[in-house]
Amino acid sequence: MAQPLTGRKTLKANEMALAGFFAVFALLWLFIASKATEAAYAFHAWLFVLGSVVSIVAIFKRYSARPADPAPQEIDGMPNYNLGPIKVAVIMSVFWGVAGFLVGDIAAWQLAFPAVNLDLPWTNFGRLRPLHTSAVIFAFGGNVLLATSLYVVQRTCRARLAGDLSPWFIILGYNFFILIAGTGYLLGITQGKEYAEPEWYSDLWLTVVWVVYLLVFVATLMKRKEPHIYVANWFTLSMILTIAMLHLGNNLTLPVSIFSPRSVIVWSGVQDAMFQWWYGHNAVGFFLTAGFLAIMYYFVPKRANRPVYSYRLSIIHFWALIFLYIWAGPHHLHYTALPDWAQTLGMTFSVMLWMPSWGGMINGLMTLAGAWDKLRTDPVLRMLVVSVAFYGMSTFEGPLMSIKAVNSLSHYTDWTVGHVHSGALGWVGYVSFGALYCLFPWLWNKRELYSLRLVNWHFWLSTIGIVLYVSAMWVSGIMQGLMWRAYTSLGYLEYSFVETVEAMHPYYVIRATGGLLFVLGSLIMAYNLWKTVTSDALAIRQAGAAAPAAA
Amino acid sequence: MADTSANAPKSVWDKHKIFETNVIVLILGCLVMVAIGGLVEIAPLFYLKSTIEKVEGMRPYSPLELAGRRIYLREGCYNCHSQMVRPLRDEVERYGAYSLAAESMYDHPFQWGSKRTGPDLARVGGKYSDEWQRAHLAAPRSVVPQSIMPGYPFLEQTELNIDNVILEVKAQRMIGVPYTDEQIANVAADIKAQANPDDKGADAVAKRYPKAAVRNFDGKDKVTEADALIAYLQMLGTLVDFKLYDEKANRR
Repeated sequence: MAQPLTGRKTLKANEMALAGFFAVFALLWLFIASKATEAAYAFHAWLFVLGSVVSIVAIFKRYSARPADPAPQEIDGMPNYNLGPIKVAVIMSVFWGVAGFLVGDIAAWQLAFPAVNLDLPWTNFGRLRPLHTSAVIFAFGGNVLLATSLYVVQRTCRARLAGDLSPWFIILGYNFFILIAGTGYLLGITQGKEYAEPEWYSDLWLTVVWVVYLLVFVATLMKRKEPHIYVANWFTLSMILTIAMLHLGNNLTLPVSIFSPRSVIVWSGVQDAMFQWWYGHNAVGFFLTAGFLAIMYYFVPKRANRPVYSYRLSIIHFWALIFLYIWAGPHHLHYTALPDWAQTLGMTFSVMLWMPSWGGMINGLMTLAGAWDKLRTDPVLRMLVVSVAFYGMSTFEGPLMSIKAVNSLSHYTDWTVGHVHSGALGWVGYVSFGALYCLFPWLWNKRELYSLRLVNWHFWLSTIGIVLYVSAMWVSGIMQGLMWRAYTSLGYLEYSFVETVEAMHPYYVIRATGGLLFVLGSLIMAYNLWKTVTSDALAIRQAGAAAPAAA
Repeated sequence: MADTSANAPKSVWDKHKIFETNVIVLILGCLVMVAIGGLVEIAPLFYLKSTIEKVEGMRPYSPLELAGRRIYLREGCYNCHSQMVRPLRDEVERYGAYSLAAESMYDHPFQWGSKRTGPDLARVGGKYSDEWQRAHLAAPRSVVPQSIMPGYPFLEQTELNIDNVILEVKAQRMIGVPYTDEQIANVAADIKAQANPDDKGADAVAKRYPKAAVRNFDGKDKVTEADALIAYLQMLGTLVDFKLYDEKANRR
C-alpha cells in the first residue's frame, strides 16, 4: 500500500514521552536494585531495568522502520484494523495456556504422589498452586481477553484501535506483569491472598497497564462508525471497570519499604476476608464470566453465521448479571466469623444469579437456532457451544453450593475444586479455544485452520479429561465432607483427618490423569495453530488458490 | 442485533438506546450497578460490634511469630490449610472452639483459607510438641506416614532475616496494629530471646507478648526460619481463654 509522504519523518510526542518514561523508570529500578533487601527483589528490579531498556530500543527501532505518516485510519474506505498487538496476545495466550495447564497437572500429581514435590522451596505445591491459578486465569485467560476484546471492539465499531504505542504497551506490559508475578511466586514473593498473590509493585504496574487498557478501549468505542455499541463491548467494558475497582480495593497495601518486595495489607481479619472474596468471587464473575461472555457474543454468532438470539434477553441478563454478581462473595465465607446477615445476603444473591447466568446461556445456545447441523461438521463451533453448556452447568452448580446447608458439606473439600474446573476447563477453556481457532486464521489471513481433524482430537481428549477431573472431584469432595462429619454409634468422630486424606488417593490419580488429557489436547491445539500460521498453502492470495489442506 | 426500527411503536426497550449510544452513560451505569453490593456488604463490617469486638487475650504477634507468619504466607500454606473453625459439631470436636472474628483482628492479611487438603490450623497451637513440628515440617511422612504434605527441610537450614522483620513490624504499626514504642525498639532482641530461653531477654519478651512460648523451637543454635514458623504454629488459637470468654457479651 503506497503511503502519501508529507515531508520529513520526526519523532512524535508520544514516542518521545514513552521513551522518556522508560528511561526514568529504568533509572528508578536501577536504584532499587542497588539497595534491594532480598535477592529475589533485586532480580525483579533488574528485569524492570531490562524491560525498560528493551522498550526504549523497540520504540526507536519502530521509529526507524515506520513511514513518516501515522498509520491510516482507513484504506480504500475499509477500516485499517490494528492487528499486530493482537497477534502477540493470541500467541502468548497459547503459550501461557499450555504452561499453566502443565503446572496445574504437576500440582495434581503432587497431591497424588507427594514425592513429586521434591521438597525444594520453588517446586513445592504451596508455590506451584498460585503459579498454576495465576497462569491459567490471568496469563492464559487475560491474554485471550485482551486479544479478543481488542479485536472485537475494532470490528464491531468498524474503527481502527485508538492509540499508536498504547495497544503495544497494553499487551507487552500485561505479559511483563505475568512474568514478574509468576517468577515472584516461585521465589517466595507473595502477599498471601488467594488469586491476588502478586506483591505491591506488580500490582502497581498492572494498575498502570489496566488504566491504559480502559482508555484505549473507551477511546475506540468513542470513534466508532456504528451507531450502537455492540453487546460484547458492554460486557468487556463492565469487566475492565469492575476488575479495576476490585484490584484496587483488595490490594490496598503498605509496602514495608521501597527496597523490599513485601507489604502489609491495610485490611485485617473479617474485613480482609470480605474484601478478599468480594474480589475473589468477582474475579470469577467479571474476569472469567463477563469477559468471556463478550467472547461468546461475538464468536458464536460469527462462527454459526446467525444473529444473536434475543436482543432483549441480552439487555436483561447483562444488567442483572453485573448487579447480582457483586453480592455473591460471602458464599465463600459461610459459617465463618463473618456476620450471618452477610452470609445470607451472599447466599440469596448467589441463588438469584442463576437466572441471569442462564439468560446468557440461553442467548448463546439459541443463537444456533436453525444452524444446529453445523455442530456435526464444525468442531470449532462444537467447542464454542459445549463451552456455553458447561457455563450453564457450572452456573447451576454454583448457586446450589452457595446454599448454606450444602456449603457446610462442600466447603473446604474437592467439590469446590471440581466446580471451579468444570467452569474453568469447560467454559473458560473451551470458549477461549474456540475463539483462538477462529482468530488465528483471521489474523494471519488464512482461509481456514490447518486441520479440523486435530480440532476434533483436541475436543474429545479434553472432554474426556474434564469428565474424569470433575467426576473424580465430586466423589472425593462429597466423600471427604461426609467422612469429616461421620460419627460412630458411640458418638465419637469416626475418622481421623489423615484417614480422609488417605481415602482421596485414587481420586487424585484419576484427576491428574484427566488433567493430563487436557494438557495433551492443548498441545495438539498449539501444533495445529502453529501449522495454520506457517502453512503457505492456506494463505488467502487470489481466487484460484490451491485446494484446502485440511481434512 | 435485532434493533427496533425507527417506525416501530415506542416501547420501553427503546429507552436502553442511551446506554448503547453513549459510552460515558454506559460507564456510569456499570459503575453504579457494581458498586452497590460491595458497599452494602463491606461498609458495615467496619462498625458492627460483632466484627470489631475486642476479646480478652488478643495481642499483636510477637516479632518471631510474625516472621513465622510471613513464612506461612511465602510457602503458600493457606492453599491447603484453613484457619477458621466453623460452629459445626464435628469441627468443634475435631479442632476446638469455633473461631471468633476478634481472633484474626491482627491478621494482615487474613488466613482463613478455602481448602482443607490438610487439617484446619486455627487451634493447632500446643497440640503437638516442638520436636514433632520440626520433624513434621522437615519430613512429614516421618511422623504421619499417610500425609501428602510437601517437606520443608530447608527451613531449619535457613537463618531468619531479622532486618526484614524489623521493617515489617514498623509497617504493621503504621496501618494500625498497636505495637508499643518499647516493642518496636526491641524487635531484634525479642526475636533472639524468644528462640532461646537462656537469653537474658527471655523474661522481657514473655512480658511484652503474654502467653508467647519462649523456647528453642528447632533445637538449633541459630534463629532459623523453622524457629519462626514453629513459634507461629504453637501460638495459633491459644490467646483467647474460652473458659473465660463470654459469648453473650457482644450481643445486642
